[in-house]
Amino acid sequence: MPSSSDFTRRDVLIVGAASVVATAAPNIAHGQVPASAAPIIAGAPVMSKVSLNVNGGIREVELDMRATLLDALRENLQLTGTKKGCDHGQCGACTVIVNGRRINSCLTLAVMHQGETITTIEGLGTPDNLHPMQAAFIKHDGYQCGYCTPGQICSAVAMLEEIKAGIPSHVSTDLTSAPQDTNEEYRERMSGNICRCGAYSNIVEAITEVAEGRA
Amino acid sequence: MKFDTPATTNPIDQLKVIGKPTDRIDGPLKTTGTAPYAYERHDVVQNQAYGYMVGSAIAKGRIASIDVKAAKAAPGVLAIVTADNAGKLAKGSFNTAKLLGGPDIEHYHQAIAVVVAETFEQARTAANLVRIDYVPTKGVFELAAAKDSAKAPEANAFSGPPDTAAGDFAGAFAAAPVQLDAVYTTPDHAHVMMEPHASIAAWNGDKLTIWTSNQMIAWGVGDVAKTLGIPVENVRLDSPFIGGGFGGKLFVRSDALLAALGARAAGRPVKVALPRPLMINNTTHRPATIQRIRIGAARDGKITAIGHETWSGDLPGGGAELAANQTRLLYAGANRMTATRLAVLDLPEGNAMRAPGEAPGMMALEIAMDEMAEKLGLDPIEFRALNDTQVDPEHPERPFSQRQLVECMRIGAERFGWSKRNPKPGSVREGRWFVGTGVAAAFRNNLLTKSAARVRLDGRGTVTVETDMTDIGTGTYTIIGQTAAEMMGVPLEKVVVRLGDSSFPVSAGSGGQWGANNSTAGVYAACVKLREAVAQKLGFNSEEAVFADASVRAGNRSVPLAEAARDKEIIAEDAIEYGDLDKKYQQSTFGAHFVEVGVDVATAEVRLRRMLAVCAAGRILNPKSARSQVIGAMTMGAGAALMEELAVDKRLGFFVNHDLAGYEVPVHADIPHQDVIFLEETDPISSPMKAKGVGELGICGVGAAVANAIYNATGVRVRDYPITLDKLLTELPQTG
Repeated sequence: MPSSSDFTRRDVLIVGAASVVATAAPNIAHGQVPASAAPIIAGAPVMSKVSLNVNGGIREVELDMRATLLDALRENLQLTGTKKGCDHGQCGACTVIVNGRRINSCLTLAVMHQGETITTIEGLGTPDNLHPMQAAFIKHDGYQCGYCTPGQICSAVAMLEEIKAGIPSHVSTDLTSAPQDTNEEYRERMSGNICRCGAYSNIVEAITEVAEGRA
Repeated sequence: MKFDTPATTNPIDQLKVIGKPTDRIDGPLKTTGTAPYAYERHDVVQNQAYGYMVGSAIAKGRIASIDVKAAKAAPGVLAIVTADNAGKLAKGSFNTAKLLGGPDIEHYHQAIAVVVAETFEQARTAANLVRIDYVPTKGVFELAAAKDSAKAPEANAFSGPPDTAAGDFAGAFAAAPVQLDAVYTTPDHAHVMMEPHASIAAWNGDKLTIWTSNQMIAWGVGDVAKTLGIPVENVRLDSPFIGGGFGGKLFVRSDALLAALGARAAGRPVKVALPRPLMINNTTHRPATIQRIRIGAARDGKITAIGHETWSGDLPGGGAELAANQTRLLYAGANRMTATRLAVLDLPEGNAMRAPGEAPGMMALEIAMDEMAEKLGLDPIEFRALNDTQVDPEHPERPFSQRQLVECMRIGAERFGWSKRNPKPGSVREGRWFVGTGVAAAFRNNLLTKSAARVRLDGRGTVTVETDMTDIGTGTYTIIGQTAAEMMGVPLEKVVVRLGDSSFPVSAGSGGQWGANNSTAGVYAACVKLREAVAQKLGFNSEEAVFADASVRAGNRSVPLAEAARDKEIIAEDAIEYGDLDKKYQQSTFGAHFVEVGVDVATAEVRLRRMLAVCAAGRILNPKSARSQVIGAMTMGAGAALMEELAVDKRLGFFVNHDLAGYEVPVHADIPHQDVIFLEETDPISSPMKAKGVGELGICGVGAAVANAIYNATGVRVRDYPITLDKLLTELPQTG
């Protein structure tokens, strides 16, 4: 929080980014906003309609332009299987699969995904009809508190596809030949998904079983 | 049920369900994203608004003024609560600093306001518009500088006395032909559980319900009531799923209080999650320690003197990190002392984190044991075996209930291939790696505490267990289900387990690795009562009745269990309460950690290659989830050894690396396959379950095993954790 009555440049950036609170911060008028910026009007937040293809169904939602994809899923669509662990792209709990690739849904705005295909943990399987990766996590006890688990599972499913697609990683020894399904590749590629309970050893065993088609 | 004599044969010993590696019964919910965590409970109450916390930007001082005009005028804002308009608030019994600060500020990021708005985005934006003028005052932030001002803390239920002594430590140490006198340090650690602290609060008249994420429900109810000045009967907490705790959710934190205050001010339900970057300074952490260990031994390796002193710091009124406690019990030696000292620091509140005391204490003691073994020319396992004790060394009339430390070491050594180890440091090279192995003991006490449960039998033969016990990833749902299934003679699928609701009987809760043994013993007690009621209803003598295959039988007569509840559900409730068996016997859990590391010859990067833990911890109720507890603890211990450190800004008084990018914890790439062996053990002195805790044993000692492996690999002895490459680089053996 600012501790003096003078706005700093950083404050202006924060307020500017919010874009709806200009009358609450009159100092902004002092030539610190680019001349081309449209006048900012106080009042209701800027809302936008966005249509998302979530887990096989089209979902229309009207939301605040500032809403992340993560919050759109959790708060607007009430798909709370996707978790908020840090909101800053540091933990991976919010991992979802967008157009076939895993992403941190906290690092992207919902409105950037108009018309895109999103698979969340709820779209992979249900308690009565588990995805093989979900079943393998249960069998190998690849979780404890369960909070990172949906992100781990979404990440693992998409990660195996990345290897199949020939996408190399930091530990791939040869960039020109196909990456292999190895423990080392899995551990490297899954390192964006933190599990503070420390289920890593079991998670990799679950992934290995699915990759080998045993699950 | 009073448990005051050692257990004899009981229905748990059938081991039809208990003791079997069992998939978690909550697994299908957790793996499909359908387990409801605190912030996600859209269904429990309508019209939830969003609260966003404002944290103090100074560590110590006071607020001169708060200007909320701009924030209040921001779109969507419903209410703003600060100390000015919160009404009279007390401090919870389990809190050291107030959960809502102002005008006095006790630590950085102490909550000083909550902004409530229609949406999360609006609340967050408005929170950034709250303007605060502070008057900072000088604080004390550095343990090393405050060490000499440290005083003996007051003893409490968990601590034991600050000074202990037996024999003549000073004389025996001075006379010992082989001596070690070394200082070790451990830094401040953060729990950083994956789920941020979160709560939804709703008022119904003067009744308050908080859906939250909390390990100790009854403590939480008491402290919410105390803080708000309302009767405990008016407070309900509900916490069925907890996204990790590790001690960080033992207590009510600011999310719960701010949600309650915000809901009262806004006149509607409010939910608050702590933003990750505010969590580390807003909540509690494991305090840093400075530890001095002195060991004196005869040339044959027998310890004659052992002393452990520890210093830590906390806010005024806080407690010490009890890092010397295990040294009272772990090794023999006629002459011994420990001393615990506490300095006042103005950093955020120090408090319990997984295995408080033993986790940092064993990190130091088990390096010291490795150093001493080397001075004596003994194998580190032989040195520990030589100094094993089957009795409390301070009170030799008091035996351990079970103690298989040496067996853990021997079995681990065989499994790990310890005999192939080259004891000469820096002598094994594989390609670009120096390779080394290390060992350490694991030790953590088994704590007994009252725990209650209610069990219901319905007309379909379903057994429902209700207790305010919590599952923080520990596998509690499953072991409680297994206990009820074993006791009532039904398959696990016929048991429903309901946890975490303060309207249920008060359990031990989750902490101090006491949850599993005590909470299942409470379920055992309730099931004994239910068996009596069922037997009576069906006309059996309860002494003779056998509960098996979903039936009750005696002699030639067998009746389906469900028949007893055909007309009316049968409900039984009881608690396990303990006599003095924990006074007559020392109850502890033991283990041995084995670690192999590679250290890069050029960069000193440390990679873990193999990890093995061997544990002796009483009956293992579910070997699958118990193993997970141990590997998880080994992982957290590896973090403490290699990377975890809250960096203190010594001028401004806060933890600088207060998020998951700055505070590094182990990731997949850091952790190899981990092995765990549980020794066959039942401990009838612990409880009718004959089980003990295991969730914290796994973190105790593993950091030292890593440190000892690094020493064996490189010959560099680092006594200041974490062992980052900068501490090794200049000392590495020359390679050429």
